[in-house]
Parts: sequence; structure tokens; C-alpha cells
Amino acid sequence: MRNEIRFLRGGREVRLSGFSPTLTLLDYLRLHERALGTKEGCAEGDCGACTVVLRRCVDGHVTYAPVNSCILFAGQADGAEVIAVDDLANGGLHPVQQAMVESHGSQCGFCTPGFVMALFGLYHAPRKGPLTRAAVNDFIAGNLCRCTGYRPIVDAALAACTAPPQDRFAEDEPEAVRRLAALADDADVLVGDDRRFFAAPASIASLADIYASHPDAVLVSGATDVGLWITKQLRDLPKIIWLGRVRGLDAISDEPDAVTFGATVTHQAAMPHLAAIDPDLGALLRRFAGRQVRTVGTIGGNIANGSPIGDTPPALIALGSTLILQQGDTTRTLPLEDFFIAYGRQDRRPGEFVRAVRVAKLGPDDCFRCYKISKRFDSDISAVMGAFRFTRNGDHIAAARIAFGGMAATPRRAAGAEAALAGVRLSDPTTWSAALTAVDADFSPLDDQRGSARYRRDTARALLRKALIEAAGTPTRETRVVDIREDAVVGR
Amino acid sequence: MSVAEVAQAPNVVAEAALRSVGVATQHDSAVRHVCGSAAYVDDVREPEGTLHLAVGGAPAARGRLKAIDLAAVRAAPGVVRVLTAADIPGRNDSSPVNAGDDPILAADSVAFHHQAVFLVVAQTRDAARRAAKLGKIDIEAERPLVSVDDALAAQSYVLPEYTFLTGEPEAALAASPHRVSGSLRIGGQEHFYLEGQVALAVPGEDDMLIYSSTQHPSELQAIVAHMLHLPAAAVTVEVRRMGGAFGGKETQAAQWAALAALAARLTGRPCKMRLDRDDDMIMTGKRHDFRADYTAGFDGDGRITAFDVMLASRCGYSADLSASINDRAMFHADNGYYLPAARIVTKRTKTHTVSNTAFRGFGGPQGMMAVERLIDDIAWSLGLDPLDVRKRNLYGDGRDVTPYGMRVTDNILPELIDTLERTSDYRTRRRAIAAFNSASPYLKRGIALTPVKFGISFTTTHLNQAGALVHVYLDGSVHLNHGGTEMGQGLFVKVAQVVAEEFGIDLAQVKITPTSTAKVPNTSPTAASSGADMNSMAARDAAQTIKGRLIAFAAEKYATPPELISFRDSHALIGNRLVPFAQILREAYLARVSLSSTGFYRTPDLHWDPGKGKGRPFFYFAYGAACSEVIIDTLTGEMKVARVDILHDVGRSLNPAIDIGQIEGGFVQGMGWLTCEELVYDQAGRLLTHAPSTYKIPCASDVPPDFRIALFDAANREDTIYRSKAVGEPPLMLGISVFAAIADAIHSLAPGKRVPLDAPATPESILHAIHQVTQD
Repeated sequence: MRNEIRFLRGGREVRLSGFSPTLTLLDYLRLHERALGTKEGCAEGDCGACTVVLRRCVDGHVTYAPVNSCILFAGQADGAEVIAVDDLANGGLHPVQQAMVESHGSQCGFCTPGFVMALFGLYHAPRKGPLTRAAVNDFIAGNLCRCTGYRPIVDAALAACTAPPQDRFAEDEPEAVRRLAALADDADVLVGDDRRFFAAPASIASLADIYASHPDAVLVSGATDVGLWITKQLRDLPKIIWLGRVRGLDAISDEPDAVTFGATVTHQAAMPHLAAIDPDLGALLRRFAGRQVRTVGTIGGNIANGSPIGDTPPALIALGSTLILQQGDTTRTLPLEDFFIAYGRQDRRPGEFVRAVRVAKLGPDDCFRCYKISKRFDSDISAVMGAFRFTRNGDHIAAARIAFGGMAATPRRAAGAEAALAGVRLSDPTTWSAALTAVDADFSPLDDQRGSARYRRDTARALLRKALIEAAGTPTRETRVVDIREDAVVGR
Repeated sequence: MSVAEVAQAPNVVAEAALRSVGVATQHDSAVRHVCGSAAYVDDVREPEGTLHLAVGGAPAARGRLKAIDLAAVRAAPGVVRVLTAADIPGRNDSSPVNAGDDPILAADSVAFHHQAVFLVVAQTRDAARRAAKLGKIDIEAERPLVSVDDALAAQSYVLPEYTFLTGEPEAALAASPHRVSGSLRIGGQEHFYLEGQVALAVPGEDDMLIYSSTQHPSELQAIVAHMLHLPAAAVTVEVRRMGGAFGGKETQAAQWAALAALAARLTGRPCKMRLDRDDDMIMTGKRHDFRADYTAGFDGDGRITAFDVMLASRCGYSADLSASINDRAMFHADNGYYLPAARIVTKRTKTHTVSNTAFRGFGGPQGMMAVERLIDDIAWSLGLDPLDVRKRNLYGDGRDVTPYGMRVTDNILPELIDTLERTSDYRTRRRAIAAFNSASPYLKRGIALTPVKFGISFTTTHLNQAGALVHVYLDGSVHLNHGGTEMGQGLFVKVAQVVAEEFGIDLAQVKITPTSTAKVPNTSPTAASSGADMNSMAARDAAQTIKGRLIAFAAEKYATPPELISFRDSHALIGNRLVPFAQILREAYLARVSLSSTGFYRTPDLHWDPGKGKGRPFFYFAYGAACSEVIIDTLTGEMKVARVDILHDVGRSLNPAIDIGQIEGGFVQGMGWLTCEELVYDQAGRLLTHAPSTYKIPCASDVPPDFRIALFDAANREDTIYRSKAVGEPPLMLGISVFAAIADAIHSLAPGKRVPLDAPATPESILHAIHQVTQD
């Protein structure tokens, strides 16, 4: 058992104990270190001004992950090197800083440290092929700027992030590997006492043990939701169990007919596997959140927190997914849709945790579509999210699985529409009308700031119609303002 | 020091190319920005013993304060003091117009949800915030008026209505061959400056130093002085830079600074107030949302013959700057179009919501929206291309007087629009879009080219003044100070360029210093796009005073006529001698010549008669136009901007890099206002969109993938600083082209029908308009 957390700052090891379990990394930097370069813009992970980079050694490779330090607990930096904006310039400006200056990428400058750190992450990100404007837009989708209109920032990224990294961080990677390896151990971590602690178990067995002893603890993976319980709701969470050190919980098992994601597989890590099932799924994960959130936010967390919208649960439900839960050393499985009982209530027993989710792949007769409708295209919570899996028998739909987010208190299947689709002919839109009517009856959505009930109804029906239009063979460039299936903005 | 001899000195003098002004110099803080070493108020090193503040807010939007139980707050860990309105020694008002309607802490009643009622002073910010949740505020709640419609129905106004009248609109309407009536809703906008409201107050012996993120240090100084019964001279407000402001820190930074000063005064310790983002969004005002009801007449060619418009705005619970903002909406109800007969009325409604305030454009954008919709109405009704209707209605010969009696003498819109029409390939694309739409069942494209004409000057005439303070040191470095504040707009570097130019020295020799009420007093807010126009003039005035003394000194010492003395390349050129700048300074110093001066500027030729609603409120107009193309999904209402071309007038640019940044950023902000940014209140008057999770400003992928910006390079016809033009606000209104293009795309579904699209054009709003035009 280790009673402190350890991370690197400027090449030196920092050992922390006796801190509040929910101390954020931003507060550690600004209030404890008084390193003031990193800014708080929103304290909820939506603006990216607080972006720092966590450098880790993963399977012998050095990774640079931009994260929102405002909602990341300091304990989550365990085992990493924390690189903040104050650390980049060394004698001269870092290439991304130089490019930002030269392209006039800052105006008021308050978001700039966050953008610089996002670009620093991009500078070190593995790349396939030339960097595109769209790829940069995606990488900085979690960073808001109110002054520049982004163009010069994207220009800076395109100027600085094309060549292989040559900065001092790249140069000292062998040394960094050594220093990071020195931090790595297999110990369970517990900082605090039985009443207040930050725990980071190192194995599934340890996790099961400590959670069984403390079923009132809060399980945290990326903290992209729980972080806001602290910064916004000012809740007191005395017991935090962080899952980031649990060996094997982030396993991905990609098999011919299904892919199984361990509970702590991040959205970023899951993306290629889901995109391989269907490009819409890749796009959904991309749009779901900016890089900083995808880097630490997990598929398991998105399920376990039971959001009525969630975005990944409706898609996974439509695909057909099984949730694997564990309590002590016993596991049970249930269809993902059955996990969501009511608003804020899930089928999870005291001391039970999400172990994995098994996602069915598509068969040769399956057509999958999913759509996320929001006020802003990137990094917004859906007003309506619809996911559709049609199994075809020639021109007919033999079976359908449809799930929506934002239409009810939980992610839910559209049972009436599914039933009404049986036998429908894709080539004859007149046969679709019963299903289009049925989807209305499947839900009684709410009015809220993301959309009126009427708009949600209209949209749910429109999405089913769109899915049928596309399943019937209409090219997506005729049905989508941003044709993510061809990864191109129409009209360019 | 050597004195070089120049062979042909007169030629060198004649070659007066600008060295600093007009250069695309980087922002003076660019390197600090990227290193994180640019200090904002929260980064000022806290003096020992600094305490932290949080406010407790009203749980209801309207009603009498019956009781406030703060026992639990006082008992909470880390709490040092808890203050209420009763603890304020002086005037409890942060109104910018001394209206007495902006309590710093609510005293007897509350007027909007979460209005500040008490102040927690604690050892840490976290302790203060947690304690602030423990207050029990008992309110005799009444039903709040939330929307413009609520307030109109209740005849609830914060200020009297105001009318501009030109010609005889009733008669002109009656005589018009065509008439149209319509109503348009125009949403508000949250500033979403990345740095939230913040202030640090440091008490002195009998004075107070306040670091605040404010656009208006002098006003804040006065409010604090009145609140604490201190002379203004005992209160110093300092601002190095703001992390964005956009109008949101013109008046509404004052309350938070006042609270910090109050706590600092009562505890004797430095106190910092930094609002949480959600509190900031809930407790500070926004751009006014408007309802525009209009009736207009027009002829068969689409020329407007009469325009009768009522603009009703949600001012919120207090006056704030709503008078001037609504006035500016009226001043821009014509945009660039001649209105031969018009009645322009504004109703300034009082609601139980936060007090809406300045926001880039200051009512102008909302004023323009109605007439731009009218132009589209006319085009739809006559089957004309909206661009042709726009062009036919522009100001021109014999059609050059605005509804408020100002002659438009600098109109460049016809030429500017013609150029943009050509460079954006508008006509060809219009045809291609028509072809696309006829073949595309679900997706529709639209295009629009809209102009901007924006009046430059504070319409409150006395504000059109600025001061500066310049010291020159013997090493040749220059200390520059002026009344303008830096919020990212590049004001400081522009003024420094002007001063460097005046002294003929490198920009690096000019030391930019924080704005301070102790250096330049009685300043106007940095607002109305006027910062560079006025402060550059004041700083140049100061520099010229010092330069004049140096020239007089050098003329005598070197027995050279003054007209043969100039400053360039860090030298004084005296006849045919080059004397290093530092050397001439030392010589002047030894001769006891003052090397320090204030400077002053007042904008000339302004007059305004509010009773008649006539005059010349503006020194000049800034112009621009944008052509936007969008694509919409008629099934879901989703929209994407495909291409934008902008041609914008900054006169002779002081700094093209800064100006292009203002244009791009302004456009994107305007586009956001009219598309993805939506403020939603519930019936209880609570703002539901109070965080970036629910209030969506544009992000990188919303920027058009094809985005072309050019400067319309022509000198300002008025004698402004190097014939430049103001650039802060006007580009925001270029975003109207996106809104008009969306309406154009919807119009393709039902040609000839009017498109009832309201702003913001969210997917829901777009789908609603689609249903309206297709469902009957």
C-alpha cells in the first residue's frame, strides 16, 4: 500500500499526501504551486483554458494527453509528468508558442495557455498522413476562444505540428521513460484514512475489496462528470476511488462478432474500434466531446453515470450490448438497456461496479446509423441522439433496434417503432409511415434549454426517416450538412 | 556618441514613410500570452492575508426581502465576516448613470433571480463559496415579468420610449404601391469573456487600490468612492489587461470590485472577488434581446418608401446603459439604407431578469436586423434577388440623410458591395445554388450578401474625450499611459505604434503600462470602438508636446530651423546631423527641458439634440460587407456555414494584423449570436443556460472552411489618427449575412413566401421556420 501520490513536475518527483480527495489539478497548480500560467475559464471542462498535458509511459511509448485540469483530481496525475504552459518555453519559445505568436493567434490571451497546451499535445500526437484543418479543428474542439475566430490558431497548428517533434520533450524521452518508470509500481494507493480518502487500487481484486468495504465511495474514472459535482455543486465527496490504476480494467477485446470494452477504456481509445463497426460511431465519439474529455472520459463512466442523454448508451443499445457488472468476485450480465431504470437510478447494487461492456458488431445484412442533434456541432450535449440498427432481408427490414437519448429520463429503445418496422420495404417510403407515427408514441420528451418537446418529437421522427432514407440507398452527401461518413463538409 | 553627416539631408526628411504605424505588428503581449506569463487580476500576486469572497444570491426573481438568516453562513468553516446591504457605509448603487437602481447588495427587495443579497468573506475562495450556499433568504415572492412580451403586456418599462421621425411615414405608407408587416425576434447574447469578473482590493492607510478587470476604471473609482465615503482621489483603479470583455465589463465589473473594496475596507485586509462562471453568467447582464414589429411600404423596384418599426428590448431590472443601447439600435435601424419616411420607436421594457448591458455593437446589431429582414421581405415579395434590393436602397446622391438628420458624406458601400459581389462570385454562386436546390430534396443551400454601416463615436457626446500621459527617460525609453483599457483588441500596441512613430523610435522602446486612474483621470470607458481613435490621438498629442519642446531646444542649440528637425530611426535629424535620440534627450535634460507631458483629445464636430432626435452624433461611419453561404438540413434544421467572404473598411489600417483579427473574431461572434448561442429563461425567471455546457459559443469547426477576408483600403475621409477607422464593433454585424443566408435557404422551399425565421437560428428555430413555410 502506498500512502501518497507521485508525479513529475519539471523533471522532479512530487509526492503528495494529506490532500483533500477532490483537490483538482488546477487548484494544485494555481493555489499550491502558485504556477499561474494555467487559467480557470469555466471550471467544468467545457472551455479548455485550463488544459495541461499529462505525459505518461504506456507500454514503452511516451504519450502526451491534454486534459482539463479544472475537473481532474490531482490524484489522477499519479504516475504522470504534469506539463503546464509555464513549462514549455526554455530559453526560446516552443514551436507551438512561436507559431501562435507569428499567426497572431492570441488576442485577450486568456484562452491562449489552454490552446498552447492543446497544440503541444497535437505536436506530440502520433499522426497518419498530413495534418488537415479538420483534424486541427477536432483536436481543439474542447478549447473555446471568444476573440480570434480560431482561424489563426488553426494556422498556427498547421504551421507547427507538421514535422516530427523536435522539442526538448522529444529529446529527453529516453530520460522521461526512465523517470516515469521509476514512478510506476503495482501498489494499491490510499491517501487519507477510513473516513476520507483518495484510493487508487491497482487490481480488479483490490478494487472489488475496497469498494465492498466502502460502498459509499464514489468511483471515478475520468472525473469529467464527477469533477463538476465538486466545482459546481460543491458536494463533499469524502471517499474517492479512482479506477485509473486498475490493471486490466482498460482492456479491449476485439473479436469477430463483438468488441468488449473494459470499464476504463477511454472514448479516445474506443474510437477506432467503434469507427470500425460503423463510421457514424466514430463520428459520434468524435463529436461527443473535445480531446481533453475523450482522453480521460470512459465508455464505462458514460454508462455508469446514467445520463438521460449520454450519447454512447443509445448507440450501444441500438447495436445490442451487454453490460458486465462485478461485486466482490461475482459478476453478472444484463442487456445495457435494462441497466437504466429511471432518471438518476441504475441497476447497480451497493459495492457493484461496471466491469465491461460487450458490443455486438454488425452482420452483413445490418445497416447502422446514428445522429447527434445539438445546437453546436462539436462538443455539445445532444437535444436528441438517435441510433438505428436495421437488419435487412433483401428490400425488407427483418428486424430493427432503435434507441434514443434525450427523449426520456433514460436512454431508451423505441419499441413501437421497432415493431412497426418489421416487414417494411425500404424502397417504398409509403410503407414507413406506421413506424414514423409509432416513434411519436414511443416517447413523451421534455421541454428544456436544449429543445422543446415538440422539436424533440419532430426530430426523433426525422431521424428515423433519415435513417430509412439512407438505408434505402440515398448517398449521405444528399442527407447531411456535414457528411462525416465521407469526412467532408458539403459545399467545400 | 558620434554625429553622422548625411549627404543629402533634405531628401531624407522628405522620405517620410511610416515605420511603426501600418505595420502588422504582433500584439504587445503575444509572447506573454503563449507563455502563460501575461498576468490577469487573478494572477496578481496576492498580498499576505488576502481574503476571498463569494456572494449569496436571491432564490426568487421578484419580491420583498422578508428575512435573511445568515447564522449558518457565519458558522461555516473559514468564514471571517458576512456582509449585507446594511454594512455599506455610503451609497449602495453601482448604476453607471447614477439611477440608484443597481444595488451592490439587495436591500429591501430583489429584482432578479440570484441577485446578490449577502457577501461572504472567508479565508479561501472554496470556503466562501461553500458558506454562501448556507444562507436562508426569505422572499415574499411575486410573479416575475420575464420576457419582452410579459413586460409589454404589463406596460413595464425601465425608461420612457423614444422616437425618431423623418418624413411622413403614415402618408408614405398609404401611398406605397406595396406594403409588408412583420415581426422578428432577436435573441440576446452572453459575452462569455474567457476571464470571468474579478477584482482584488488592497486597502491602504486611508485609500484603496483596486485591481479590476474593467473597461471603465474611472466609473468604478467613482462608485467605490461613493460607496465608502472616500474622495475619488483616494481610490485608484488599475487594469493591465482583461481576458476579454466585449462590453460585459463596461459597467458590470463595478459591482464585484465594489464588493471587494467593501470587504477590504471593513476587514482591513486585501480581498479578492472572482465569480464562478455560472454565477457570472447568471448575475451579469447580456446583450438585449429584442422584438421588432414593423410595417413598411415599397415600390415595384423594391425601394423602401416608408418604414415604421417598433423595437422592444428586454432591459432587465435596471436602467444600466439601456438608454444609449436602445438609442444605438435606433441609429442603426437604417443600416446602410435610405429611409425617406420613417418612424423608429424603442420601448425599453423592465423585466425581472439581470440588467442587460453593453455588448459589442451596443444595440446597433439588433437595430440592423429588422431592416435587413425587411429587405428580404421585399425581395421575397417581388421575386427579386435580395442583393439587388439591398443595392437599390443604399444611400446615394439626394438620398443621403439618415432618419436622425445626419448627412452620410462618406458612403463607400456601393463600391464596396460591388467589389465583394465580384470577388465572392455572388451571381454565379447564386445560380449554382438554385440548381443545387432544385436537385436536392433534403439539403438546401442559401447565400446572402449584407452590408454594415456603423456610426463611430459615443452617442453620449461628452464621452468623446481621451487623455494620455507620456514620460521620456534619458535612455530613450518611453513610458506610455492612456485612459484606454486592453481587453485583447490590440489597443495598447496600436497606441504604442503611434507614439513610436511620433518619436521615430523602435516600438520596443515604448513601454506599455497598466491603465490607472492615478495617471490619467476622468476617463471614458473603452467602448464604442473608440479606443484607438481617441487614445492614439491623446497619446500623440502628449508625444508631440514633448517633441515640440525637443525641437525648440534643438533648433536653438544647433542653430537649425525647426522645420529641418525631425525624429526617425532612433535619431533626431537636425539639419544634416543625425543625433541619437538618447543624446538629444540628455542634452535637453541638462538644459532643463521637461520630458513629460499629458495629452488630450476631443472628437470634433459632434452635436446631438435629443429633444428633436436630430444632429450629428457620429464623427464618421465604418463600413463593411459579408457574403455567406450556408447549407441546411430540412429534416433536422441543422446548418453549416460553407463559405464566407468579407470586405471590410478600417480606413488606413494602423495595424492590419490586429484589424484582421478584429474582423474575423467579430464576424464569428456575430455568427454565434445569430446561430448557436441561445439564452433560455424559465417562467420563474431563472436562466437555464448558465454555463458553456448549455450555452454554446462557436468552436473551431463552426468557422467556415472557406473564409476569405480583405481590407477595403481607403483613407478615412475624416481626420482620424493616420486616417484609420475604428474596428472593434462593426465586424460583428457581418454575421447577419449568415442569418440572411439561412433564411434564403429556407426560402428556396417555398419561393415567394416570407420566412418567419427568428434569431438565434438554432436547428429548432430553422426547423420551425421550415414547417411554417411548408405547412400550408
